[in-house]
Amino acid sequence: MELVIASAVGIMTAGGVYLVLRLRAFPVILGLALLSYAVNVFLFASGRLAVNAPPILSKYADVPYTDPLPQALVLTAIVISFGMTAVLVMIALGAFLEAGHDRIDMDEEAENGDAKA
Amino acid sequence: MNHWIIAPVILPALLAPVIAFVMRHDITLARAASFAGNAALAAIAVGLTVLAAGGETHVYRLGDWPAPFGIVLVLDRLSAILVLLTAVLGLLVLTHAAASGWDRRGRHFHALFQFQLMGICGAFLTGDAFNLFVFFEVLLIASYGLMIHGGGRVRLQAGLQYVVMNLAGSTLFLFALGTLYATTGTLNIADLAVRVREIPVEDAALVRVAAMLLMIVFAIKAALFPIQFWLPGTYANAPAPVAALFAVMTKVGAYAIIRIHTIVFGPDIAATAGLPGTWLFPAAAITMAVGAVGVMGARRLMPMLAFSIVGSMGTLMLAVAVFTPQATTAALYYLLHSTFAGAALFLLADLVVTRRGNDALTPQPATAQTGLYAAIFFAAAIGMAGMPPLSGFLGKLLVLDALRAPEHLVIGWSVILVGSLLTIVGLARAGSVLFWKPTAIAPPDDSAPAAPAGPLEIAPAMAAVGLMALLAAFAGPVTGFLDATSAQLFDREGYIAAVLTDPEG
Repeated sequence: MELVIASAVGIMTAGGVYLVLRLRAFPVILGLALLSYAVNVFLFASGRLAVNAPPILSKYADVPYTDPLPQALVLTAIVISFGMTAVLVMIALGAFLEAGHDRIDMDEEAENGDAKA
Repeated sequence: MNHWIIAPVILPALLAPVIAFVMRHDITLARAASFAGNAALAAIAVGLTVLAAGGETHVYRLGDWPAPFGIVLVLDRLSAILVLLTAVLGLLVLTHAAASGWDRRGRHFHALFQFQLMGICGAFLTGDAFNLFVFFEVLLIASYGLMIHGGGRVRLQAGLQYVVMNLAGSTLFLFALGTLYATTGTLNIADLAVRVREIPVEDAALVRVAAMLLMIVFAIKAALFPIQFWLPGTYANAPAPVAALFAVMTKVGAYAIIRIHTIVFGPDIAATAGLPGTWLFPAAAITMAVGAVGVMGARRLMPMLAFSIVGSMGTLMLAVAVFTPQATTAALYYLLHSTFAGAALFLLADLVVTRRGNDALTPQPATAQTGLYAAIFFAAAIGMAGMPPLSGFLGKLLVLDALRAPEHLVIGWSVILVGSLLTIVGLARAGSVLFWKPTAIAPPDDSAPAAPAGPLEIAPAMAAVGLMALLAAFAGPVTGFLDATSAQLFDREGYIAAVLTDPEG
């Protein structure tokens, strides 16, 4: 269990970092999505791994339970990263339609600053 | 519990959707609502500052759940003064944006503006590390919208870089919080301070990792070397009023370092043992150097101003990196000053660039009111470079005075003094190219001169310069208040007791 979770986080992070370092918008977006998956699993594991245990304390019996707080944190993180990815896709689409390509780096012309609105 | 503490978050949060859904077709109504909301925010911020000036740490428990189980908002002098700073800066930027017509060049400017204020105020007020993350995301998502306001190819490309950079930063923030929660079992800042202190040095490796990850995340926001590369492109391509508002966004990163790395990972905590200062100081020194060289090397006005912001963040973080009450006072004074200096420069630059049609640093025929712009630029540049009589001089003096310890003296003083000299030279050269040389060029006969700016367009830039003058004139009372602020900040026991004590029992 620990091995699976740890290697899943590690592999997704490695893949995410590799894709983020590409120079095109589409791989970068995929990379950020992978990174957010990795961090969600990581957050989930930060409350220790307990299998088949409810996230509720029982005052009647001494049954195992799992930490509910990371679950709440992950839920928040998922919602936020979903929203952020949507915004990113829209901005990337806008940049693609305006520029005609999806390169992340600014072109030479822009560096010298012609187009001020 | 004083319910006004949450008002700076609630007010913009309620106003923004109303502006977005009800007033989206009526720009006058949206302007009025946005301005009224911001004025109310400023009034509340003044009230909160007066409340916090009493010296007590006020805690607002959401849902009345006791900390560390519920989320708390904490109002102390530091939070109050920064909320006030945000509200005042917001008023200036909003006036400029409405008067110059920037707010009608795209959709939903005022709604995004209110969300931005909500995120910034929330980040200053919260007492919970995960809640800090949430408010960071709120202010970021609003800033993405504001950054690409008005559209255009270059701006969208710069905006894409900005968004990608900050999303990577947010992911890192979550990794840091996960590590911190796994090692301490809490995310409440006061509770973290208690737990981190109890961790023995030999088990502290993960806490140290979390402390440095958090510092990297905040350093992205504060544009510290080696992760300052996003700032010049973003600020130079954002709409100028938005760049002026962003002057306070870098300060959110500085605030988070001041708050978390003083209270939780302070210099006297065994687990981290001065680790933040060790890394922050060289990074800040290089940031200052990068900013100064950038100001010298820039060929356009907007990137030059962006680099001057980088330089001012370097100076600010040099003082923060010392982590003593005296140095924090200096840092806070410089923080207030540099926000207004950056805003004044960007607001003025917008007036100049709009009339010239571009921001290349080349002599071009003079525009209307060039003398007035030159005067404001002169005053704002004096403030930014740190020459008397404005507050930049006093701010840099305080920072230099705080860097007297032998390990900081040589590097700190030489970087600040040489950096300031380069900044002065760069800004002076820009001023002479923009305002002086054009007087020798005859205006072309066939073109109609651009319309002069109205009083409402010029007022915000002048007000920002005026605020720097006020900061200098009332430096005594202001530093007195900031002394009390940093004393309260370093009174870790007082903060912990105020947050963790259950009022009922």
